[in-house]
Amino acid sequence: MSSVQIEDSIRAADIIKELKRAGIRFIVAVPDRTTSERLLKPMLDDPDLRVVQVCKEDEGVSICSGLYCTGWRALLLIQYTGLLDSINALRAVAVEGQNPICMMVGLLGKEPGVPPTGSKRYGLRIVEPILDAMGIEHDLIENFGDAAKIAPAIEHAYARSQPVALLVGREPV
Amino acid sequence: MMKRDECLKVLARHRSDEIVVAVYKAGHEWIHISPSDLNHTFAGAMGQGSSHALGLALGRPDKRVIVLDGDGSLLMNLGTLVTIAAAAPKNLIHCVCENGTYETNGAVPLPGVGRFSFTAMARAAGYPRTYEFSDLEDWQRGVGRVLKEEGPVFVDLKVEPGELYPEDFRLLHSVERREAFRQALQKC
Repeated sequence: MSSVQIEDSIRAADIIKELKRAGIRFIVAVPDRTTSERLLKPMLDDPDLRVVQVCKEDEGVSICSGLYCTGWRALLLIQYTGLLDSINALRAVAVEGQNPICMMVGLLGKEPGVPPTGSKRYGLRIVEPILDAMGIEHDLIENFGDAAKIAPAIEHAYARSQPVALLVGREPV
Repeated sequence: MMKRDECLKVLARHRSDEIVVAVYKAGHEWIHISPSDLNHTFAGAMGQGSSHALGLALGRPDKRVIVLDGDGSLLMNLGTLVTIAAAAPKNLIHCVCENGTYETNGAVPLPGVGRFSFTAMARAAGYPRTYEFSDLEDWQRGVGRVLKEEGPVFVDLKVEPGELYPEDFRLLHSVERREAFRQALQKC
């Protein structure tokens, strides 16, 4: 990563700060190379956050739903492949069930500065169209300053009782 | 083998203020056998009941959570055994109603039926306590003790269909019902 890219990149510390500002206290996670080093590992050591590691991403959708019923706010931290694997749970639990499932989804392999729909990778190109087809709101967080989108997106999800996907376009610094 | 509704009636007699997550056939029967605002039947997708229950158990460690899972459902989400054992909620009791078939989907036998053991899988996944009941009298004698155990507890209930109960998926999965559950949970 060049010094210009590092300067432009979203800061992991800003992401964690914004998640806490949005009231997130539980992180439900399957590791993803885009977010493991700078987000998940620090979260595991963060006394303000409880990390629940799950075997498969669709479990996480339902765990977040259960936590929501108990009054806690949770974040599902996964890779885009896990999102694709969880479409039925998202369809049923999040969308039809009107649950504010908040996801942070690493776009492993996305080219920095290139929109996901313009990626050379088929799996990445289809992520946003699928979310659009499901009616799931999404935001790309990739550059310095994008962390400011996080708390409002989560608040909006809870206000509407609908899911949201925050797509992490490159590894945070 | 126990008739499922008779098995659930025994459980209902020992229920006090526990949250009960019930899926598919057990769900259709449970809402009639033990009606309560603390019944959670909104699993949404097959296999997800125990994951909802884990979220509830972690969010409300002061309340006991019982999940009435199905055997086909559990096979669809076997990783949940490892996830629950790792999270180790002391207040979660994971029951599976094992009838050997996908009863809701035409009573087709499960793959490998009779050749695997759910309690062995739960033990291997890390559940500290597992039980198996196939006789109603044994269940009647054991249920009180099982419900008081420190979780996560796994209970394999060997059942077969009993009395027919109305099947209403719209009721089971209704958002209004889920919302009523959420409101009721906030008050207790």
